[in-house]
Amino acid sequence: MEFNINTFEQLHDICISKNKTIYEIAQENMARQAEITVEEVRAFTNRSLFAMKEAIQAGLASRELSMSGMCGQDCWNVQQHFRHDRAIFGKTFEKIITYALATSEENIRMGKIVACPTAGSCGIVPSALIAVSEDYDKSEREQINALITAGEIGRIISVKVALAGAVAGCQAECGAASAMSAGAICQLMGGNVSQVLNAMALAMKNLLGLTCDPVAGLVEVPCVKRNPFMAVHSITAAELALAGVKSKIPPDEVIDAMEQAGALMSPTLKESSQAGLATTKTGLEVQKQVFG
Amino acid sequence: MKHSTLFDIISPIMIGPSSSHTAGAVRLGLLARNIYKNMPEKVVFKLYNSYAHTGKGHGTEKGLLAGVLGLPVDDRRIKDIFNSDIAKQIEYKFEYEDNFKRHPNAVDMVFYGKTNMFIAGDSVGAGEIAIRKINDFNVKLTGKYNTILLVYKDIPGMISQVSSLLQYHNINIASLLCDRNAKGQQASMVVSIDGNLQYDMLEALEEIPGVYFVSYIEKLGN
Repeated sequence: MEFNINTFEQLHDICISKNKTIYEIAQENMARQAEITVEEVRAFTNRSLFAMKEAIQAGLASRELSMSGMCGQDCWNVQQHFRHDRAIFGKTFEKIITYALATSEENIRMGKIVACPTAGSCGIVPSALIAVSEDYDKSEREQINALITAGEIGRIISVKVALAGAVAGCQAECGAASAMSAGAICQLMGGNVSQVLNAMALAMKNLLGLTCDPVAGLVEVPCVKRNPFMAVHSITAAELALAGVKSKIPPDEVIDAMEQAGALMSPTLKESSQAGLATTKTGLEVQKQVFG
Repeated sequence: MKHSTLFDIISPIMIGPSSSHTAGAVRLGLLARNIYKNMPEKVVFKLYNSYAHTGKGHGTEKGLLAGVLGLPVDDRRIKDIFNSDIAKQIEYKFEYEDNFKRHPNAVDMVFYGKTNMFIAGDSVGAGEIAIRKINDFNVKLTGKYNTILLVYKDIPGMISQVSSLLQYHNINIASLLCDRNAKGQQASMVVSIDGNLQYDMLEALEEIPGVYFVSYIEKLGN
């Protein structure tokens, strides 16, 4: 029996009627589609999870600048700061923002990362998922469950909105990653199907209209520092959903709004670097320095 | 419309910073290498539009060369490919051009060696690619399917002969694209298939009267 799931409502209803979690339905469907076993789906997911952990470790240890020279040392500096002055929100918060910077800086210095869903947003899901798992002793099995949950959320968003800044702005890259991360953290901390989907909706709702206006057309400014912001944003959404807060607008309607906001967004703000941060006085100066 | 899978969302594991400008570039190089088959003596890459303007900051040139040399998208050697020993096997050159008629992320690759070959492609987003042209022929190769490329005389019945041979061997055609340079002259056929092709079938395809050339292009691993 194969389920063709294209909306969050369908996903919710199938989970409830089968008494299964989102990751169970998602891994079974992926297995059928690729003609492999559920264990192979989980092994694939585990390879991504492992590569995410490797990227964090590599990023934490490096101070190497990107090719443009714009970014590459913020993670190092933030780590030095936390040695003396602990973060206001504690150890897990410190980990989330350093892991997010570590991963996205590793990306821009041509290190090895996992596009999740995209390379520019590669630090969001791993930082939240791995930091929370470390501090709350979540097993590898639970981490895989959470990553599959994140992937299924991203997949359903992508049915309506292509996950590319050029199509729908950054709401479809870092925004989608934050929504995926919100669902993953909610799953990790024991949220039920409805709570996971509400976490997704709450995160996404508060990022609608996010533009993609990178300086000099590179995946650096504001992308690198946007990763820790979006990772922390996903925790807010997960916490609210776990406390029983619901999104007044249902998940699928939030994605409809996202699609509309993406379509209405000026092309100058969709990865073309023709407006926004890219064309500020400093943005243009930096572009000149980088490309002459 | 083709939808993404769960796997598409939580992968690929790749060398950054950009799926279209880095991983896509590697995959264009890899697929072009599969089409050309041999190690070329020299490759000239011409990058267009966004590839030309922001390629340097995204490692696009490195990715293209690494792909032609056979490195997968997650190979750490991509970053320093220009200084690596494997890059010393061939000569290479990069050119740049603005051309609004081409895709924002387009590249031409001219392979020189025992034979010379022109291959043009686009990086269409999220690491997905399409080879659009091989020599004079319009094609569409995405690297997702094993593909048979045939060049033949433009006469009636060629498609039917190829498809019945494939049917006889129980091979399903995923997509089929034909083109010709002029009526009655040379034509090309790009047949993407499910599964694999046995090599003796290539010989059978070559033996069809009017077929000049058959090539089997394997799909990309990631």
